Amino acid sequence: MIEDIELETLINDVYEYYGFDFGSYSRASLKRRVNRVMHLDGFTHFHEFLSRVRYDPEYYKRMVDEITVNVTEMFRDPAFYAVVRKEILPLLGTKPFIRLWHAGCSTGEEVYSMAIMLKEAGLLHKSLIYATDINATVLETAKKGIFPLRMMKEYSENYRDAGGQEDFSSYYIANYGIAKFNEELAEKMVFSQHNLVSDTSFNEFDMILCRNVLIYFDNDLQKRVINLFDESLAVLGFLALGTKETIKYSIAPNKYKQLDKEKIWRKVK
Amino acid sequence: MEKGKIISDCKVVIIGGSAGSLNALMQILPELTKLNGFAIVIVVHRKSTDDQTLEELIALKSNILVKSVEDKVPLVPGFIYIAPSNYHLLFEKNETLSLDISEKINYSRPSIDVSFESAAEIYGKSLVGILLSGSNTDGTYGLKSIHAAGGTIVVQNPLAADMPFMPHNAILNTNPDFVLDNNELLDFISTING
Repeated sequence: MIEDIELETLINDVYEYYGFDFGSYSRASLKRRVNRVMHLDGFTHFHEFLSRVRYDPEYYKRMVDEITVNVTEMFRDPAFYAVVRKEILPLLGTKPFIRLWHAGCSTGEEVYSMAIMLKEAGLLHKSLIYATDINATVLETAKKGIFPLRMMKEYSENYRDAGGQEDFSSYYIANYGIAKFNEELAEKMVFSQHNLVSDTSFNEFDMILCRNVLIYFDNDLQKRVINLFDESLAVLGFLALGTKETIKYSIAPNKYKQLDKEKIWRKVK
Repeated sequence: MEKGKIISDCKVVIIGGSAGSLNALMQILPELTKLNGFAIVIVVHRKSTDDQTLEELIALKSNILVKSVEDKVPLVPGFIYIAPSNYHLLFEKNETLSLDISEKINYSRPSIDVSFESAAEIYGKSLVGILLSGSNTDGTYGLKSIHAAGGTIVVQNPLAADMPFMPHNAILNTNPDFVLDNNELLDFISTING
């Protein structure tokens, strides 16, 4: 493992050279990620790695892509999606137009999951799903809607556990180890780069999903991001977080009402 | 560390296990009446869809309060914490727990190696690591990290383990301070900071 002081040096230099601020990232995870990318790329000394990051913008970009965690899956936590399907979509369906924001969408598996559910609820045609991430590389994957075929067995089980009743394989075409999802699903998706650390609100939404992103931030940054979501959410809109994340340290409790035991809150005022 | 030395100034006992470890935990945890100035953190492999069943089972059988682990919960002495399924469990300097959904390590998330190494970074010689039954190699590297940081490492006697492979692998590749049967593990934990 690199030393704490080395990690702080990297954070400072990245901010100074590129303006990107990792200063409010949780240190335990960040340290592991930096260690991992150094190891992957064959650096044995921290100072070699640091000077490469400083002087090679392409490498810096690679480092950020590797540090930010891009592990995701379709219908991750099926119980969560079951609640969205049964309780939230019917409420959203009463609106003439539905705007959703997946913040930190990574390679897009959860965005396609949502599009499938919207389609099955007959709502996709009047929905618009904004999907953002700081990592431009993962957004390219998300736009294509191409995921590894070997994951489909698990995803179709998740889909079923989340209340899905269609033939899951009808949503993609399998070919040479990949599953290409139907383009119809992506028609209502808008992908763009957005940095939760420094960017501001860009629209008003009826539902914001940001699952397993806040775990990488310290309490101060979590507060900032929750407030950004609050500014971006319509009254009576929904905010959905990861199963181990909460808004309770970040915002006045009377502004939001939590649904069941899932990590979904409704903005009540 | 001297063999048989009594452990003092311990802040955290971290226990890792895989297949068969629940049996050992169920022999040990219900018998503990209090934790003497330290917290127990349990990292066991389980199904990714497993929600709270392990927490509920241990809470039901144990005299010690089980705290449900959410992102950034403070780690407080006297309580049992259980790593949630499908996340890696990490330790922060301000004595909180944090979570990470990055790649599986040793085919596992939570990975015992990841949590042991992270705990070793923060707690150094105030850490005791215990590795129980299992059938993969997770935990061995983590025990090495704990030892290197000055902590105490304990391995369940493979003869007492339902699945001896994991503790056996640890014994082959580390130099444990203690190798203990289940009842000895109970005595050991009971006398920490005593």
